Amino acid sequence: MSRRIKLHEIAHARAGDKGNTSNVSVWVYDAGDYPLLKEQLTPERIKAAYPDLIRGAIKRYTLDHLHGLNFVMSDALEGGVNTSLGLDSHGKSWSFLVLDLDIEVPENRAG
Amino acid sequence: MLRLGCGAGFSSDRLEPAIDLAEKGALDYLVFETIGERTLAFGHRDRQLDPKRGYNPQLGARMRGTLAGCKRNGTRIVTNMGVANVGAAAEVVIEVARSQGLDGVTVAAIEGDDVSDLIGPDTILFDNHGKTVAEVGRPVVGANVYLGIDAIMPGLESGADVVITGRVADPSLFLSPLVHRYGWQRDDWQKLGQGTLVGHLLECGMQITGGYFADPGRKDVPRLADCGYPIAEVDERGNCVITKLADAGGMVTPRTVKEQLMYEVHDPTAYLTPDVTADFSGVTVQESGRDRVAVANGTGRKRPDKLKVTVGFDGGFFGEAGVSYAGPNATARAALARDILRDRLAHRPGFTSLRIDLIGINSLHATAHGPRAESADVRVHAAMRSASRDDVATMLWEVESLLCCGPAGGGGYRGQITPSVITHSALIDRDAVRPSVKVFRA
Repeated sequence: MSRRIKLHEIAHARAGDKGNTSNVSVWVYDAGDYPLLKEQLTPERIKAAYPDLIRGAIKRYTLDHLHGLNFVMSDALEGGVNTSLGLDSHGKSWSFLVLDLDIEVPENRAG
Repeated sequence: MLRLGCGAGFSSDRLEPAIDLAEKGALDYLVFETIGERTLAFGHRDRQLDPKRGYNPQLGARMRGTLAGCKRNGTRIVTNMGVANVGAAAEVVIEVARSQGLDGVTVAAIEGDDVSDLIGPDTILFDNHGKTVAEVGRPVVGANVYLGIDAIMPGLESGADVVITGRVADPSLFLSPLVHRYGWQRDDWQKLGQGTLVGHLLECGMQITGGYFADPGRKDVPRLADCGYPIAEVDERGNCVITKLADAGGMVTPRTVKEQLMYEVHDPTAYLTPDVTADFSGVTVQESGRDRVAVANGTGRKRPDKLKVTVGFDGGFFGEAGVSYAGPNATARAALARDILRDRLAHRPGFTSLRIDLIGINSLHATAHGPRAESADVRVHAAMRSASRDDVATMLWEVESLLCCGPAGGGGYRGQITPSVITHSALIDRDAVRPSVKVFRA
């Protein structure tokens, strides 16, 4: 049995920008949660959740020994910091877009 | 052991904790990193408006706050606060030194990052679907190459108290003092990679001591209001401990360090700078005490042959304006205001780029997913960019007019127009770049 929780409950994240590319790194608080993060938080998953915002390809890099993933999302900033008309033209808040996704954890998981 | 401090991680970063580092940090070097793609664009804009400007607007305040303390404590300053006008910036530092009676202070100005003469209509912009400069169809207002340690080292070797640059790769500001102190070879890619890691971790200032990190209830940070800038203690192999002043707020933990490790990094095995192709993929992060985190095992490979150039284009004018609605049915009234603005403006030529967000409903993640919920506090925010200042002014006028001829209860109009620069990136041959150093004395 499993239940769905927000990724925000088990992981923290940081967003950065270069031109029109956004990167979001995601880190589990508890190393024991890393396997399910790695299994469930795929580039396809993020792309499917936010297709209109993240228009380009998404590439994922893994840092297994640090229990983190780094997502590099191209054409994801509406042109980038000097072009976008959006309020958050750096995409600083994109980290919380990712943390807003659901993740399935075992029913008996503590916390 | 070399003690490196970071006193600014971006253009508008805080001053007080930098003064604390200058006074109490027992630093060998205090580095101020203040250039981003956005702030470099602002530098070009400022210099266009006034040839004596274009450097970091906080340069004078930062120097008045830290120069005397650094001089007293034997701390040298390295900074890219020259932005788009290094020569004028060096003169500002000299003026501050004279006004504080610091006769004999020397400033090394590193120039050569302005490569406008190497950028032509046929230059390819690799971040713009391979289009050329000519195809952008806007005047070029500046082109700056990312210089590296090769450009900064002569400034350090001159013995100057302050080394000031324009566009250099951010980590190079921190790597150059390490190379200067420890005599690392310019092809010792392992050490240059580890030293670049140190610079990468420090370059955003408080982002590694608790800033850009706090999430109440999940990631609490002690005394964030008094957050201190970071210090790195670096040995001759490049291994380092990241820490902060004991009495400063904030914290240094493996979590703050890991988030910063991947900040603005793409492939962790290939972080490109002018100095090295750094490899952060095997980096280890170990807590070694309270607010002390040891970072090691960064490495690297041969540096790239090409250097990155940021090309700035005249972006015309950027305007934004807003009006707010609150209380019962606020969301519907704000949405009506948005629709009225579209009716009044969007059909006119020159207004096709108009963007309208509802702050409180969909302004940040608007295009990611649909509106979430009602809000009792909504701001209509309109933004556009245009070559015509008059068109932007028309947009502001229409937003302000909503006060009397829009939905009920609209208030809090604000609007502003600023000149705009758009940036793209190109690559040029390293050999074509000719950095120079000029030393000034107070």
